[in-house]
Amino acid sequence: MTASHTTGGRRLIDLVPHIVLIVGVLIFAFPIYVTLIGSTWDSATIGRGNLPLIPGGEAFNNYSQAWSESHGARASYTPVRVMVLNSLVMALAIALGKIAISILSAYAVAFFRFPFRMAFFWMIFITLMLPVEVRIIPTYKVVADLGLIDSYAGLTIPLIASATATLLFRQFFLTIPDELVEAARIDGAGAVRFFLDVVLPLSKTNIAALFVILFIYGWNQYLWPLLITNSADMETIVIGITKMIGTGEAANDWNLIMATTVLAMLPPVAVVVFMQRWFVKGLVDSEK
Amino acid sequence: MATVDIRNVRKSYGPVEAIKGIDVAVQDGEFLVLLGPSGCGKSTLLRMVAGLEGITGGEIAIGGRVVNGLDPKDRDIAMVFQNYALYPHMSVFDNMAYGLKIRGIPKPEIQSRVAKAAEILELGRFLDRRPSQLSGGQRQRVAMGRAIVREPSAFLFDEPLSNLDAKLRTQMRVEIKRLQDRLGITSLYVTHDQVEAMTLADRILVMNHGVAEQIGTPLEVYQRPASLFVAGFIGSPPMNVLDGRIDPAGAAIAMPGGAVLPLAAPRAADAGRAVKLGIRPEHLALTAADAPGASSIQVELVEALGADTVVYGRLPDGESLVVRMAGLPACREGDRLTVAPQPGALHLFDADGGRRLAEA
Repeated sequence: MTASHTTGGRRLIDLVPHIVLIVGVLIFAFPIYVTLIGSTWDSATIGRGNLPLIPGGEAFNNYSQAWSESHGARASYTPVRVMVLNSLVMALAIALGKIAISILSAYAVAFFRFPFRMAFFWMIFITLMLPVEVRIIPTYKVVADLGLIDSYAGLTIPLIASATATLLFRQFFLTIPDELVEAARIDGAGAVRFFLDVVLPLSKTNIAALFVILFIYGWNQYLWPLLITNSADMETIVIGITKMIGTGEAANDWNLIMATTVLAMLPPVAVVVFMQRWFVKGLVDSEK
Repeated sequence: MATVDIRNVRKSYGPVEAIKGIDVAVQDGEFLVLLGPSGCGKSTLLRMVAGLEGITGGEIAIGGRVVNGLDPKDRDIAMVFQNYALYPHMSVFDNMAYGLKIRGIPKPEIQSRVAKAAEILELGRFLDRRPSQLSGGQRQRVAMGRAIVREPSAFLFDEPLSNLDAKLRTQMRVEIKRLQDRLGITSLYVTHDQVEAMTLADRILVMNHGVAEQIGTPLEVYQRPASLFVAGFIGSPPMNVLDGRIDPAGAAIAMPGGAVLPLAAPRAADAGRAVKLGIRPEHLALTAADAPGASSIQVELVEALGADTVVYGRLPDGESLVVRMAGLPACREGDRLTVAPQPGALHLFDADGGRRLAEA
């Protein structure tokens, strides 16, 4: 086999994954591009069914209308600024609440010896196997009886307990060497000091990673908010978008729907972009 | 500064007894090395002193105060771990200062104590660094600095040099010795390395299977090993151990190979007794064939170490015998040598229990 043949072969081998990746990106990116373009045209243009693939001139109108007005050309909606705020509160409360609860329970399971420790661990583990839908009716009953319908508390508290995050933190805590725990005991750090001064700083990167995942999880919640919110003031943006798309009786304000969709994407994207710096930071100065 | 008294201390894990009653009184300012093979219980004993392991039976007192029920933080001890156990997210300064901060010591004093320790350990330039930015030796020094700033009653070292390479280990060994001399703090030091034990210790506690085989100064342990285990564990290459029998007159030992080794002092009481005979390789010397106690060996392997030479040979009856001679090798594989123990260099052990026979 000649040298040039090998290099030629290698170049081809390098090229194939790139082509596959580029095609993949195009397939995923195209609908988003269409949404972006659609949000810059007026409702009538989109309604005719031949949406141009270049930006139109209605962007400002569409976005400002979606952002703040409760009436489209054909129907009335909750303004995006209300829904984004609701979604933001819900996603943040779920993400932060889940992290707080799970890091504490993982700390207990990983570092303390108490009766039925493993029983508790398995109880947490088993809840992983129950999908939300299974317990949604009893949960709804409880939340309704507590008078939490149409409140942020009702929207978030039932979703805060997290077996996954608890397991992830537990696994991470198990990698903290016993000697570090013992050194801290000799230094005089009690359980709370050790948690605050050692465990929490060491978990920074894990917390950042989980925050991204959990924020998006919270942001994309659909079924639970659908059940628990009745008034338009409490609508989240995911619910809002589905409600904007009518059942077929009436024509849709596609321009507003697309603008709303683009706006709905921005916070999760911002979280990913912002937290990515933390990921990289965590990866670069590996301190363990 | 304080004494550490270990009184009949026991440790059981379920039915398994890991420590079977250890008694030792560590004097104020003394450097006691716990030496033994892995699994002998030396680390467990140290961790019981630290308060990291519960005490099943017996008593441990630090500075005259029984500490059995006290938390590690209340025992006034500081510990240096094998893998340093530094807080990875804290600077060198914060690592050293952490224990002081928790104890509520005022900031200026923390500053001055850490500065002083950093000066002793030559860590001044590194105070802002993270442990991950330091070499192994530097990390070990930070770990010691963390112990020093606490100004404890006792230092506990758990194999602190095992993670370092050979050169650094020698260097740090000297540093630890110097530091302990300078600070005069009672120290317990766990190691499986006999060189560390011999060079650092005021006294060595040799442990095996949870039992103290011998407690003594390094030279006592070397010159008068209390058991076959100690004899085999201290000294490199290890002591030669041969079967023998004291002759009916009690004046010499008859070896199975036919050689007769005269005893320095007659042992009439032990006449006819089967014994294990220990001879250190360095106490065998070349001799004339007709000299008393001479045996001939066939040389199988010669290790030239430069300063001295280790010869692995075989006695006529097939027993192996190691001889250590000063200087460069004077023989080759296959040669025959005649060697005899130096007078008074024989160690006699009970053939059954392996304990050293009382001096005649």
